[in-house]
Amino acid sequence: MNSRVSQKIAFTVLFLSALVTILPVLLIIVVIVKNGISAISWEFLTAAPTNGMRSGGIFPAIVGTFYLALGATAISLPLGVMGGIYLSEYSKDNMFTRILKLGIVNLAGVPSIVYGLFGLSLFVIYLKFGVSLISGCLTLAIMELPSIITATQAALHSVPRSFREVSLSLGATKWQTIRHSVLPHALPGIITGAVLSNARITGETAPILFTVAAFYLPHLPSSVLDQVMALPYHLYVISTQIPGISKSTTYGTALVLIVFTLSLNLFGIILRTYLRRQKKW
Amino acid sequence: MKKLKEFIIEKAIFLSGSLSIIFVVLIFVFLVKEGVLFFKYVPPKDFLMGNNWYPLSTPEQFGMLPLILGSLLVTIGSMLISIPLGVACAFYIAEVVNPKFKDILKTGVELLAAIPSVVIGFVGMITLVPWVKSIFNLPTGLTALSGSIMLAFMAMPTIVSIAEDAITAVPRRYKEAALALGATHWQAMYKVIIVAAAPGIFAAVMLGVGRVIGETMAVMMITGNAAVIPHTFLEPVRTLTATIAAEMGESIRGSNHYYALFVVGIILFIITFIINFVADVFLHRIKK
Amino acid sequence: MVETPKVKIQANNFNVFFGKNQVVKSLNMEVYSNEILGIIGPANSGKTTFLKTLNRLNDLDDDFRMEGSILLDGRDINSQFDVIDLRKKVSIIFAMPLPLPISIFDNVAYGPKMHGIKKGLDEIVERSLKAAYIWEEVKDRLHESALNLSGGQQQRLCIARSLAIEPEVVLFDEPCSGLDPISTAKVEEAMMELKKKYTIILVTNNVKQAARVSDRVAFFLMGELIELDSTEKMFTNPSNKKTIDYISGRFG
Repeated sequence: MNSRVSQKIAFTVLFLSALVTILPVLLIIVVIVKNGISAISWEFLTAAPTNGMRSGGIFPAIVGTFYLALGATAISLPLGVMGGIYLSEYSKDNMFTRILKLGIVNLAGVPSIVYGLFGLSLFVIYLKFGVSLISGCLTLAIMELPSIITATQAALHSVPRSFREVSLSLGATKWQTIRHSVLPHALPGIITGAVLSNARITGETAPILFTVAAFYLPHLPSSVLDQVMALPYHLYVISTQIPGISKSTTYGTALVLIVFTLSLNLFGIILRTYLRRQKKW
Repeated sequence: MKKLKEFIIEKAIFLSGSLSIIFVVLIFVFLVKEGVLFFKYVPPKDFLMGNNWYPLSTPEQFGMLPLILGSLLVTIGSMLISIPLGVACAFYIAEVVNPKFKDILKTGVELLAAIPSVVIGFVGMITLVPWVKSIFNLPTGLTALSGSIMLAFMAMPTIVSIAEDAITAVPRRYKEAALALGATHWQAMYKVIIVAAAPGIFAAVMLGVGRVIGETMAVMMITGNAAVIPHTFLEPVRTLTATIAAEMGESIRGSNHYYALFVVGIILFIITFIINFVADVFLHRIKK
Repeated sequence: MVETPKVKIQANNFNVFFGKNQVVKSLNMEVYSNEILGIIGPANSGKTTFLKTLNRLNDLDDDFRMEGSILLDGRDINSQFDVIDLRKKVSIIFAMPLPLPISIFDNVAYGPKMHGIKKGLDEIVERSLKAAYIWEEVKDRLHESALNLSGGQQQRLCIARSLAIEPEVVLFDEPCSGLDPISTAKVEEAMMELKKKYTIILVTNNVKQAARVSDRVAFFLMGELIELDSTEKMFTNPSNKKTIDYISGRFG
């Protein structure tokens, strides 16, 4: 009897912990939607900020974030997929591989602000790209790399070994086997991973602080060497450095940002769940 | 021709495979490249143990102790919250919850991870900070406590998902053996499963710590950014990460201040490197 | 019986190790052209390992190591063949039917496509499917997924896929272990027909199957070749006591 009661209490505590963990997500979303929805208008989404960013819209920041996310993923996706292929299909169980895996773990754990410093040092200064779209994309691309490598590796791993054996036994080369018999079946998993890591870098602020983000730039970039505004940095700027800005403008900006990241995420999660059910082998 | 194409592709794949380690080395090299000049002017001891961080005064002072203590305090605070909550949540998801709701809970945790840190900072600034100010009757709500609470939520997804994996990976027979001896499910959990899952839970906590130490935007927005040695959780603090983010924009390229911020970056890099390395070792132990 | 049989494959003092385990021990044997050689023996007797060495699929295993030599048409398969060319000549049918999750047509055309053949795929596919005795059953749904076929059909599809690369030797690794008797009969029927054109090695746990289709039978035990003789001799009057024990009582 006693142990039954303590189990009841314990499970209740566990339940409450889970609730406390999950609830903030809902709260944050509800608070932002409730306060931000009134700011959303056609003008807010399509006009440049005016009046010291206190009015007008956030169009340049939306476009900037879009370019950054797209550019970073365009760079890191091919590299990450090839890296994942190397680890899954080519690497042997030896010291070098062990070091590579440690590299991935650590790359994933480097603080975002340190990526910012690195981007500043390598792309902005050493390679003389300046504070620019290309510097920002490259910095974010490196940050995104470990998650794409890991996702690719997992996706390739889930393709049965027999597919490879069959292909090789028919006289296909190793690369042909990967290209025609493994990669197509891993593609959905790789895409899911790319969507999820893309969602993550969309919201990053620290890596773009010194590499690309413009405080205020009402026009759109005309080349990859231009600076851009970005949603996360814009939210930071208007919520900390613009006194007297209306609450709905900041909430509205936050709303657009989380719609961006959460919808990408949800899309990735749904895609993943769907693909798991589809799997035939 | 076919052979040549294949040869080139395989070389490209090998090169891409090596990129992760190349970038880790590059990051370190470029941080050191910018940071190393600093020690020509300031002895390491003054830097690490100095009590005053006044980069813009004359003479400039670069004592990093307040920043280290600031990071430490916020990290400890957030871990005090997120370890018990996160591990409990992981147990709930792995062992207790009805399988129907399991995916919903896991998705919720994943979405928490998906909220950008600047949004967490913004929401904390507008909601939590005023509460802390009025509850504790403080001159400002921008304190280590506020930072700890918000950061706890940012560490939670990492802790929950990795701890949950570790708990799920415990062989069923351990639990069955305990149940067969008449233990309740809860007794099996806290006497058997938690012990078996301990290395994984430890790794989860380490990675959570790494996440918190490296977190930048949210702490910068809600901890008040005062680079003084903190004494309680109810004072403003300044972390290592926030220092870089807040000051790099104003520092003059090539100045001592600029170099100093890179040294802060090196220290952050080394701390997180060690944390991730240790966590990885423990995660590997489970796999075997 | 062919009077002076032509040697297709020859193993000379051949040994296989996985890590520290020796799996095949000083094997000396010959396989003749256009025969069906059955290999029987209990689990872990080295049959499948030997088979997979013949088209170097064991190379995929990091622990794999071999000594001695295997000759195909007098050429060493390791040193005198490019592995791709070897696998074109020696194809394998696995224990489980392993269709790729693509259409029936694409499964059969996979090998030829990989070898750069772009024209005449239709004819190759049709010819191969006919040779594997499955054409009639699938000719109207070539572009459906191969996963929709029954197990027996899948296995015959796999045979067709192997034949499409025009091999000289076809290896069968317990090809009927997952099949019902009717499907098994169809696969065996295909095999009997195939030996006119190909050299066939059949590894099987099913002693009766070996007796039904083989010209000669080899008995492996614990990595050693115990006895190799004509099917008739092996099943009526084997010379080794262990062979008698296995065939009559089957020890494990």
